[in-house]
Amino acid sequence: MTYQFDFGAVLEYWPQLAHGCALTLSMTLLSVLAGLTIGLLTMLAGRSRWRPLRLLAVGYIELVRNTPFLMQVLFLYFGLPQLGIGITPWPAAIIALSLNSGAFAAEIIRGGVEGIPRGQFEAGAALGLHPLQVLRFIVLKPAMRVIYPALSGQFVLLLLTSSIVSAISAEELTAVAQQIDTTTFRSFEIYIIATALYLLMALLFSQAFKAVERRAFSYPQK
Amino acid sequence: MIRDFSVNEFLAIVSGLKATVLLSLLAFAGGGLGGLLIALARTSQSAVLRSASAAFIDFFQGTPLLMQLFLVFYGLPVLGYHVNPWVAAGIGLTLHAGAFLGEIWRGGIQAVPRGQTEAAHALGLGYMARMRDVVLPQALRLSLAPTVGFLVQLIKGTSLAAVIGFVELSRSAQIISSTTYKPLQAYGLAGLCYFAICFPLSRFSAALERRYAAKT
Repeated sequence: MTYQFDFGAVLEYWPQLAHGCALTLSMTLLSVLAGLTIGLLTMLAGRSRWRPLRLLAVGYIELVRNTPFLMQVLFLYFGLPQLGIGITPWPAAIIALSLNSGAFAAEIIRGGVEGIPRGQFEAGAALGLHPLQVLRFIVLKPAMRVIYPALSGQFVLLLLTSSIVSAISAEELTAVAQQIDTTTFRSFEIYIIATALYLLMALLFSQAFKAVERRAFSYPQK
Repeated sequence: MIRDFSVNEFLAIVSGLKATVLLSLLAFAGGGLGGLLIALARTSQSAVLRSASAAFIDFFQGTPLLMQLFLVFYGLPVLGYHVNPWVAAGIGLTLHAGAFLGEIWRGGIQAVPRGQTEAAHALGLGYMARMRDVVLPQALRLSLAPTVGFLVQLIKGTSLAAVIGFVELSRSAQIISSTTYKPLQAYGLAGLCYFAICFPLSRFSAALERRYAAKT
């Protein structure tokens, strides 16, 4: 073994790496918020009385969940211009990540809402509440509490998935690492550091989710 | 010279399925073996084995698969091995699958009622017989649905091997997309190929889950 490790050559680029981390975090955060919204709407569409809307929701969920994210992001970024819609890497990355997490979130939220006893919905209806009010004031919070661990796990996964958008040169940590790789040729070192940074961010992310959980769902179990 | 998207291009993409399926099977088989060892280590008496396997799992679940593949691809030459994309992708995905399957099966092993282990003890069975004949068959049944679910994730994960130059379904689509300038058709077709494999497996996994849920 003759390889000489040289982390110094790579660590010189720490401002770029820090910037890459910030981009990855903000990209993920934006996609989490958009994904939650899409997931909630898709869940509602899936429960609609109108059949085409239900089919649309199921089709979207299954299509996203059964194809690789790499294909989704390449399809969006390179495919939209073919339809005459110009798009730059960052928005394409955000849209792809949001649509991806939206489908997974929809499934998780649906599971949570279906776990709420029927009597709760019926009681809400008996009180004269609109179905959306039933959802908002009665069902959503206990449902969210049950699915919170699954949902936050999904969003930590989204942070890791975001590395794939480097394939369309959207700027984030992996893309930054690749740029440093091509200027320093210290591939192994740079990817060790980038991997460690991802691990750190994933840890940070799940701790943040736990902090939110403690605040939002601190009331006793029954 | 821009080529048309004709039957040849169609076949070029679809033929990438072969490498995707082979790589998935390879990683699933290798990961299954590794995952079994990880699951046993995770549930063993030894604190060292437990924490080592926990660290292994945390690393692979807490870092992007793409980074894991990069580390293998650029790391093996550093250790003095000459790698081709098959070896790099195979090793990377095997380790990845090992960690995830290990965690799934750990859950399965721990879900088998304690009484089963105790009964096996009372019958004088040793560790090997206890695991092989009593605990593991039940644990594997319990974790069948998430195992198939993970297989879907693994098949989708093989698409990242394209990034380190492994020619499979995704890479074929990228090549055809850049020679024909028809990304919608190329990526759409590749996406459909993935869907054709993953969708039935997802349904199978969901059916397994329901069947199991109905029994308890």
